[in-house]
Amino acid sequence: MADTIIIEVSRFHPEHDAEPTYQSFEVPLRGDWMILDALNYIKDNLDGTLAFRWSCRMGICGSCGMMVNGVPKLTCETLLTNFAPGPIRVAPLDHFPVVKDLVIELDDFLGKLQKVRPWIIRKDERPPAREFIQTPEQLEAFKQYTLCINCMLCYAACPVYGLDPNFTGPAALALAERYNLDSRDQGAAERTDVLSQHDGIWGCTVVGECSVVCPKGVDPSLAIQQYKLSATKEWFRTWLLPWGNK
Amino acid sequence: MVQNLAPALGKQVTAMPQYNQFQPKPYRPRMSAYWYFDRWPYLRFILREASSFFVAYFAVLMLVQIAALNAGPTAYANFEACLRTPLMLILNGVTLLFLLLHAATWFNLVPRVMLREMRGKMTPEIAAAAPGYIAWIGASIIVALFALRII
Repeated sequence: MADTIIIEVSRFHPEHDAEPTYQSFEVPLRGDWMILDALNYIKDNLDGTLAFRWSCRMGICGSCGMMVNGVPKLTCETLLTNFAPGPIRVAPLDHFPVVKDLVIELDDFLGKLQKVRPWIIRKDERPPAREFIQTPEQLEAFKQYTLCINCMLCYAACPVYGLDPNFTGPAALALAERYNLDSRDQGAAERTDVLSQHDGIWGCTVVGECSVVCPKGVDPSLAIQQYKLSATKEWFRTWLLPWGNK
Repeated sequence: MVQNLAPALGKQVTAMPQYNQFQPKPYRPRMSAYWYFDRWPYLRFILREASSFFVAYFAVLMLVQIAALNAGPTAYANFEACLRTPLMLILNGVTLLFLLLHAATWFNLVPRVMLREMRGKMTPEIAAAAPGYIAWIGASIIVALFALRII
């Protein structure tokens, strides 16, 4: 095995460049190095101007998502050796505005996340006298969706979001469904206005790549399809049954 | 600051200016019109969606066949002769492949768009997809028995 590997990193300087270009770097190919280690090697030893986000380097903060050879990955848990002999192309996450080099603008996602109201909504907001009781079965109904770390890999994998930036997108919809499925929550009707829209669940064409690229095993595609079912049932209930609107 | 700028420039200034010296403009990528050639999963998706054209074509072909059957033996013989031309053989061969893809992807998606919870547990995807496949194979066998004049 060669002892170095070529990494082609997307570079974009907002004050000088009209669009990103690739710059090649030769980095040591070590068996225990992730892509993120190689980027840090570049920043420390080869070019200190390289900009990228990272924090926990253990796959839980969701900051270091990038396109690695065209596929969205958390760079802190993607081994360099998987791509030997290289070269490896590292680019910022697809479909997001690029601030500099590998840094993207998150505002759109954060706005959408807030819009779906991903928190427990109670009809009576006063604090309960005691904790809410929840059985293991009730927890199991939504548990996988709580694992989302907001890394936005699913947005980068979703061509619907790329083509229509108004699409609410996989993670926000999955998190909304997480609260709809929570036995403590009473906000499903409030969320319907945002979710059961063309820009919401009905925009999804079931490409399914969001669930494939998720580093935490969340299945946003399933959440959206299941929500389509419950929204349809709800529509029939409110429009076809005379007492349904109560 | 934004409010003070508005009268100075004599025009509407949005709360977040798109560009100024201290807030450089981000690069906004555009998706290529041929994005589905970028990766195999996307191409597979587009092929799945495109298969519906072939389903529609085959439905029309069957209507034409029924019309020819209704119009008498000569018309039906002409229809059959038309089906034997190389162009139609190729087109219908491709249609068969797309119909198989359409059916398989349809059955594979069924477990994702139905309520799979039974007695408080999620049924495995394969168990939810299996009835569709079994019905498909069963119906195909019955059609084949008729077509090959076994019954």
